[in-house]
Amino acid sequence: MNDRLSSELRPVFNESGLEVKPLYTAADVAESGGLEMLGSPGEYPFTRGIHRQMYRKQPWTMRQYAGFGNPHETNQRFKYLIANGQTGLNVAFDLPTQIGLDSDDPLAEGEIGRVGMSIDTLRDVEIAFDGIDLAKITVSMTINGAAAIMIAMYLAMAEKRGYDVKQLRGTAQNDILKEFIGRGTWIFPVEPSIRLVGDTIEYCAEHAPKYSPVSVCGYHIRESGATPAQEMAYAFCIARAYADEVIRRGVHVDEFAGRLSYNFNIFGNLFEQVCKFRAGRSLWAKIMKEQYGAEKPGSMWLRMIAAGGGGGLTFEQPELNIVRGAYYALISALSGTQTMALCSYDEAYTIPTEYSARISLRTMQILIEEMGLTETVDPLGGSYYVETMTNRMRTQMEEIMAEVDAQGGIVKLVSEGTIQAKVSAQAYQMQRDIESGAFPKVGVNCYRNEKEDDHPVEFHPYNEDDARAQIDGLKRVRAERDEAAVARALERVARDAQAGVNLMPAIVEAVKAYASVGEITHQMVKVFGRYREPIRF
Amino acid sequence: MSAAIGQPAAHGGPAQGRRTRILLAKPGLDGHDQGVKVVARAMMDAGFEVIYTGLRQTPEAVARMALEEDVDVIALSSLAGSHLPFCRKLKVLLEADGLTDKLWLIGGNLPAQDHEELRALGFSGVFPTGSKLDVICDYIRENVK
Repeated sequence: MNDRLSSELRPVFNESGLEVKPLYTAADVAESGGLEMLGSPGEYPFTRGIHRQMYRKQPWTMRQYAGFGNPHETNQRFKYLIANGQTGLNVAFDLPTQIGLDSDDPLAEGEIGRVGMSIDTLRDVEIAFDGIDLAKITVSMTINGAAAIMIAMYLAMAEKRGYDVKQLRGTAQNDILKEFIGRGTWIFPVEPSIRLVGDTIEYCAEHAPKYSPVSVCGYHIRESGATPAQEMAYAFCIARAYADEVIRRGVHVDEFAGRLSYNFNIFGNLFEQVCKFRAGRSLWAKIMKEQYGAEKPGSMWLRMIAAGGGGGLTFEQPELNIVRGAYYALISALSGTQTMALCSYDEAYTIPTEYSARISLRTMQILIEEMGLTETVDPLGGSYYVETMTNRMRTQMEEIMAEVDAQGGIVKLVSEGTIQAKVSAQAYQMQRDIESGAFPKVGVNCYRNEKEDDHPVEFHPYNEDDARAQIDGLKRVRAERDEAAVARALERVARDAQAGVNLMPAIVEAVKAYASVGEITHQMVKVFGRYREPIRF
Repeated sequence: MSAAIGQPAAHGGPAQGRRTRILLAKPGLDGHDQGVKVVARAMMDAGFEVIYTGLRQTPEAVARMALEEDVDVIALSSLAGSHLPFCRKLKVLLEADGLTDKLWLIGGNLPAQDHEELRALGFSGVFPTGSKLDVICDYIRENVK
């Protein structure tokens, strides 16, 4: 009956390439591997969630990405979001900061404070978080190339304000391998970049054991053209590369794995996304337990932010992105995420205004307050469809990971540009499919409006004066600081970079002396050189 | 200084006579290259010869490559908002190099209120997010000198 029904209809495949049947029964679940990997929430292999009670105990953290202009302005936006019920911060830095340039660098001209907050020295970090209780509000920083410096600045700022760094929670994105695949805020070549990630993990394991020094991102790999299954598989390959780097130094897996976290993307088919997360959670637990010998349950947890992704939003009929955002938030909740964020409806045009950021926040709050999404753990668990597809997605992720390993590993494939070329080819095919109508997109290739300009988007203003104020602030810090201490600290950064010892203590000393992001980066560039992109099509 | 030097790469195929040559550049510090790579593939499929610069090009680097590579089209992809200051600088350099007879294009996250100034600067083809690949390629075919 089931098979006859299938054969009469045109086959349907999800984006990961797995066939979706018109009906699922217990037989499909059994054939896909049964319920062997299901377990209970809070127990290995954590398919149903990493905690026993999940949102019943505490809803997901709401962490909208925010930051622009100088630290004063960003501090105001942070306070606005917190006043509106946001429970965590997700810091956006401008591009000069992200790639290790000071605001007075000629290359920074026109870019200061444009897509995020500009940070030059510890003074700026002090201003950005002034008046925010870091014990109550956890801070996630979207910083990669310059992550070691920004982690040092954040820890130094917290210490100055009297917080016990050993108890401090927070996250740095600090996933450089995915920056080589997409997003592009790399600075140093691949090998020293991985070493720096290792330095931050090793340093935090000892000095800030509750801080998450890395958030491995499938998110941007998906934005670059990966399928949902590839998104998870490549992220796991990357996380293993970082784990290997730390273990190589003699640190036991259980000393750091509990603080590794993840950042994943949500757009596309609802069930494919939910199954992706359920499958990924059990696969990561299995990898940590079986391949790495982790013993602590926390080392096996796939802790994640699942964010409503820009890749699914459209330039056309932007108000429809509010609706898409609501579905993405629903997917995120059904997936058992720890943290949620949504791209705002206007992000195909501009960085979010207060108005659009508030709509995103309210979208998540509606799920908590009105929709019952926090009442029951893993509410889709037990569905024949969801359990079958969870098993199939897990198998496919394992196959993709095995393929990466067979080709020499993720570091080699990223260094050569192989992964970049693969996902870029897929992105091209997807764009062609959208333009031909083969892949439906409402408002883009179907249900278009006759008149496209009848819903103007309010633009977040860019203020040239803020950039000048930022440069003036940097000059003031340079005039006031102890130059001899700065010179000593910077010299130590170069020396330690050369010596191959953990760079974090030297970077911490430098930021405490108010050395700038650009000055510290320059010391490392002298030793490491700069990355050169492999350009392949 | 610290900007990556563009690597001439990714040509569309063997030259048969003179095919239209396009310099496709990522201006400024923006690291979003999914779109530009999609456009590069579309241009190659359309039969153009594409020289993709890679990320983080300065106005000076773009002008220099345009001159050295003897291209017919100079195309930029900008998604992080710094298109106007970049294009103002690039215009002066392209004019100094005598490249005003080339076709200048820009695509990406370009607010409607900036289109007029971009065209006035000489970027006659403005292709904001949502532009179709074939529309871009047709525009080049019809307007290249």
